[in-house]
Amino acid sequence: MPVDVDAVVISNTKLSDFYNVVAVAAPDVARQARPGQFVMVKPDKDYDPLLRRPFSVFEILRDPAGRVSGFSLLNKRIGVTTRRLYDVSPGERLQCLGPLGQAFESPAADQQAWMVAGGVGLAPFLTLAESLVERLAGTRLFYGGRSADELFYLETFEALGVKLELTTDDGSRGHPGLVTGPLQRALDETDKGISVRLYACGPTPMMQAVTELAATHGRSTDVSLEQVMGCGLGGCYSCVVPVAEPGQPTRFVRSCLQGPVFDGGRIDWDQL
Amino acid sequence: MSNLSVTIGSLRLSNPLIAASGCFGYGVEYADLVSLDTLGGVAVKGLFLEEREGHPPQRIVETPSGMLNAIGLQGIGARRFVAEKLPELKRRGAVVVVNICGSTVDEYAEIARILDDADGIGAIELNISCPNISKGGMMFGCSLEGTHDVISAVRRVTALPVMPKLTPNVTNVASFAVAAEEAGADAVSLVNTFLAMAIDVETRRPRLSNVLGGLSGPAIRPIAVRMVHECHQAIKIPIVGMGGIMTAEDVLEFMIAGATAVQVGTANFVDPLIWDKLLDGLRAYLDRHGISSLADLVGSLELEERTPACKSSS
Repeated sequence: MPVDVDAVVISNTKLSDFYNVVAVAAPDVARQARPGQFVMVKPDKDYDPLLRRPFSVFEILRDPAGRVSGFSLLNKRIGVTTRRLYDVSPGERLQCLGPLGQAFESPAADQQAWMVAGGVGLAPFLTLAESLVERLAGTRLFYGGRSADELFYLETFEALGVKLELTTDDGSRGHPGLVTGPLQRALDETDKGISVRLYACGPTPMMQAVTELAATHGRSTDVSLEQVMGCGLGGCYSCVVPVAEPGQPTRFVRSCLQGPVFDGGRIDWDQL
Repeated sequence: MSNLSVTIGSLRLSNPLIAASGCFGYGVEYADLVSLDTLGGVAVKGLFLEEREGHPPQRIVETPSGMLNAIGLQGIGARRFVAEKLPELKRRGAVVVVNICGSTVDEYAEIARILDDADGIGAIELNISCPNISKGGMMFGCSLEGTHDVISAVRRVTALPVMPKLTPNVTNVASFAVAAEEAGADAVSLVNTFLAMAIDVETRRPRLSNVLGGLSGPAIRPIAVRMVHECHQAIKIPIVGMGGIMTAEDVLEFMIAGATAVQVGTANFVDPLIWDKLLDGLRAYLDRHGISSLADLVGSLELEERTPACKSSS
C-alpha cells in the first residue's frame, strides 16, 4: 500500500547541467517499490507549484548492513519542480507518496529482456536490471542521449552484466543517431526462435517508433509513459492514455492506476 | 469533546468535510488510504446516464496557486456506478453524494430515478455547472429557467436530498441560489470551477485539448468565499461551500461566511491524507474559542459596525 512520507534528502548528485540524482531516506516507500513504479513528489509545502509530480523510482538504496533505507530519483531540469529538485540540498525534505502504479511484468524464464531508454527515460530501468540480475543472459540496454556527457550510470549497468548499445544525437559516444538504429540491427540479427521482451521509456515519438519497429519483427514492447498527472491515485482522471484492445473502441485509461506501463501495441499513439 | 456534526436537509454528516466531486474518483480509489467513514461525505465523480470517454489529454495544467481542468466528465454511467461502486462505498460506511449530469432535463430525472431506487445514497448533487462539456452542465446552470427546470424535474422523482452545484460563471450567483431554493432544492453547493484558459506561448496552442478549462485551487478561494457570503444572505437552505480549501482555517472561513458544510477537491490531489489534518485543525479552533458545536459557526460572520473611533470620517 502506498505511503506518504516527508523524506529527508540524503544527497544531490549533479550528473550534468541538466541531470541530477536525488537520494531520499524513505525506507517505507523503497521496501515496497517494484521496477516501473513511481512516486508523487512535492518539494515545498507552498502553493507554487501546487501539485506533486510523478517520478520513477531510480535506485533502491541500502544501508551498510544491507537494509533498504530509501530510494533515488533521476531528475532532468525542465519545469518548475524539476528545477527545484536540481538545486535541492541535503537535509531538505520532499513529500513522497508511493509506490504507485503497475510494475513492469518480468520477462518469462526463457525470454531475453531488452530495455530501450531515451534521455531521462533511463529512470525505471536500473531497478528492472537489478531484478533480472540472477538471469541476465541476453539482457540489453539500448540507450540514447544528446551527447556523451548525457549518458549516465553506464558502469552500473555493465556491472550488472547488461550489454549496452549506446547512441548519441551528435555521435560523441556510441552510434550516431537515434536509438532505433542499433535496435533495428539487433532485431534483424536475432533468430525468430529466441523470445525477447522489449521495454521502452523516453520521449513519446521514441516509444512509438520502438513499438512499431518491434512489431514489424513480431515482438511486443512494454512502454512506460509519462502523462501529465494530477494526483497519482485515480482521483482526477487527468493522466489518461488512449488504449484500444483488439476489436474494441479506444478507451481513456488512467495511467496512474493501470499504467504507467502499457503494452505499446495497444496504445492509440495518434491520440496520445 | 467538540461536536463537528452538521446537517444538510435530512442528511446528518459526522463532520462538514465532503470530498469534492471530480477530485476523488468514485471514492473506492482512496478506500485503502483513507477511512471513508471518517469523512463527512464523499461526492463521487459526475455521472451521466451512459458511459463517457471525456476529452483527450492534455486534461489539466497547473497555474499560479491553482490548476485548470477539462476532463470532460469521463465516467461509467449511473447504472454501472450503482452496480459496481456503490456496494463498496456502502460497505466502507461512506456517506455517498452522487453528482449527476444530463444533456437534457429528462436525463437528470432518469438518473435520479435510478439513484432513488438504489440503496445507500445520501444525497444527489446536480451538476448544472460543469464548464467543460458542450451539452448539459453549465448550459442549465447559466440560466435561471434551466436551473429551475432541472431541480424541479429531479425533485418530482426522488425524496433524496437534492443539492444543485452552482457555477460561478454568472453575474449574480445569489439569484441562482434563490431559483434553486424556489425549485425545491434541499441545499446548494458552490462554487464549481471558473471558466479559464492557458496558452503555451512557444507553440501558441492552448495547453488543454478542450481549449477552455475550469480553474480550481487556492487561487479562487476569496471569490468563492464572497459568493458563499452572498448566497447565505439570499437563501435559507444550507450551503455547501467550496473553492480552494487547503487548511482548517479555509474551512472555517467558508463556514463563517455561511456554509454548513464544505467540499475539498484540489487539496486532495496535493495531500490525499489531508482529512485528519483538517479535522484536527477544526477541533483545535473550537477548543481555542470555547465553542462546543462547529455548527454554531455557520454564518457567524460579524458585520456589526466597529466602534465610532474606527469609523471613516467621510
